[in-house]
Amino acid sequence: MNTNNKGFLGRLRALGWGFAAMLFIAGILFWGAFNTAMEWTNREAFCISCHEMKDNVYQEYRTTVHASNRSGVRATCPDCHVPKEWVPKIIRKIQASNEVLHKILGTIDTPEKFNAKRLELAKHEWERMKKTDSRECRNCHNFDSFDYAEQGRRSSKMHQTGLNEGKTCIDCHKGIAHQLPEVEQAIGAPKEGATPEEFHPPTPKPEEAKPEADKAKG
Amino acid sequence: MNKPTFNSARLRATALAMTLSMALAQTFLAPATAVAATEAPVKLQSLRGADIQASDPEGDGTRYGRDQPPLPRDFVQQPPLIPHTIKGYNITKNFNKCLDCHAWARAKETGATKISVTHFKTREGEELSSVSPRRYFCNQCHVPQSDAKPLVGNTFKPGTGMR
Ligand code: HEC
Ligand code: HEC
Ligand code: HEC
Ligand code: HEC
Ligand code: HEC
Ligand code: HEC
Repeated sequence: MNTNNKGFLGRLRALGWGFAAMLFIAGILFWGAFNTAMEWTNREAFCISCHEMKDNVYQEYRTTVHASNRSGVRATCPDCHVPKEWVPKIIRKIQASNEVLHKILGTIDTPEKFNAKRLELAKHEWERMKKTDSRECRNCHNFDSFDYAEQGRRSSKMHQTGLNEGKTCIDCHKGIAHQLPEVEQAIGAPKEGATPEEFHPPTPKPEEAKPEADKAKG
Repeated sequence: MNKPTFNSARLRATALAMTLSMALAQTFLAPATAVAATEAPVKLQSLRGADIQASDPEGDGTRYGRDQPPLPRDFVQQPPLIPHTIKGYNITKNFNKCLDCHAWARAKETGATKISVTHFKTREGEELSSVSPRRYFCNQCHVPQSDAKPLVGNTFKPGTGMR
């Protein structure tokens, strides 16, 4: 009956350390779970759990060099679409909750609807990659390590001139993993699609040519 | 590199022509040879050894070569051979990858040969201001090179002005 003789404050103080410790452990667990959840949603299997992703872009990607090549090193959806760094990753994940909304709305749930919206979605990705100087490509491809003697005639020439002019991978490598939306190439009737300027953005002037990633890399 | 190059499209066309004429011969000569045919049915096969109704065997182990300078042409009006890889180059309703380099507007930047003006002409002879629909599917006429062995020998010599 005398368990209460320490008084309320005393008990709280005794609890204090335990409580702090518990919070700490809970924090670690939460953090772990949070990151685990992040990792779990960062798998190809997760991306193609939605048929919008599986029936369209995934089918096209499957025959490309990033899905199957002689070395067996694959680039999966998140490798190109989700940043590796923590802060940009969180931001991209928050933006991606928009995809869940559109999933519910059924915005692109048939191939026809998908193709009708493809130009807009592709433009978002082009813009994002342009802004980050194609950071996700560079996570795997380091152009400092390009062996120009080993590369093809056309690659080696275009890389040396293009990258010096301040171009970035996505300027030249659109449609690397999926079919492209309509692109205006001045053939037949005018198209609603990407204009030549959007598809091949003009080269920036020399002074603004240095991409940010190069400055950051030092 | 001194690898022999040859026109696989030409070979393929020859192969097709031969199988076709064999098939035609079969049809027209059928009454005359009906008796013989029941005894020993003629087995038709493509030059690659497959049944004529089957598609060509895939994965025959041949490889497409690395990019190289433009290849010599063998006859006047030959569609030039493609001297580079075309893996993953799609030609769709939305986008023509070849024209992304070979169109006049793109050729300067990419260093590719401009498509010639003959590609702007419709089959009625009308000159368009851009690629004619009949020239949209480049691979109909232009073919890349692989190290496949010729299926039949031939003694073709380039035209005198082309040697
Ligand atoms: C809940 C179903 C679902 C899942 C899971 C999903 N997506 Fe999507 N995704 C969508 C829908 C719906 C859209 C269309 C959004 C819109 O209409 O704006 C979309 C759009 C996109 C876009 C275009 C983005 C833009 O900025 O317009 C990309 C890129 C993309 N998804 C990649 C991925 C990747 C990578 C994954 C796996 C990490 C993934 N998606 C998982 C349903 C999904
Ligand atoms: C996860 C790592 C990874 C990422 C991210 C990645 N790639 Fe690749 N890429 C590869 C691998 C592996 C190959 C194949 C190498 C081989 O031929 O064996 C490849 C091949 C290529 C090729 C050669 C194509 C061919 O037909 O030979 C190009 C071009 C290319 N990547 C461009 C890009 C671009 C542009 C991006 C960004 C949008 C990108 N890559 C993102 C790993 C990656
Ligand atoms: C100025 C345009 C241009 C830019 C910028 C560019 N590329 Fe390329 N790249 C090409 C061309 C042209 C080819 C060869 C033709 C093809 O495969 O389409 C090529 C080929 C490649 C190949 C295959 C090389 C080979 O010879 O097998 C890889 C890998 C590649 N690029 C990666 C990249 C990456 C990564 C970046 C960004 C750092 C990049 N490229 C930026 C134009 C460019
Ligand atoms: C090698 C890098 C790469 C990989 C791997 C990749 N993508 Fe993409 N993705 C791109 C690029 C670049 C674009 C921008 C449009 C374009 O150029 O084709 C894009 C565009 C998209 C779009 C917008 C619609 C469109 O077609 O333009 C969706 C949705 C998408 N990707 C989903 C996926 C999914 C799902 C996967 C995995 C199955 C995947 N991507 C794998 C590079 C990649
Ligand atoms: C990345 C740019 C690029 C793409 C895409 C491309 N080419 Fe080329 N092509 C070139 C270049 C550059 C040359 C010149 C070869 C050289 O000097 O290295 C060339 C040469 C050629 C030639 C030889 C011309 C001659 O005078 O002998 C033909 C034919 C050709 N390409 C057809 C095609 C076809 C068909 C496609 C589509 C399947 C295609 N090319 C896609 C860049 C490209
Ligand atoms: C109906 C067959 C045919 C089709 C389809 C075709 N070409 Fe040609 N191409 C030719 C012939 C024949 C020549 C050589 C004679 C000439 O210049 O017209 C040629 C020449 C060329 C040349 C060399 C031009 C020069 O100045 O030496 C290039 C490059 C070329 N074609 C690219 C293309 C591209 C890219 C496409 C697809 C948009 C294409 N061709 C579609 C038949 C064709």
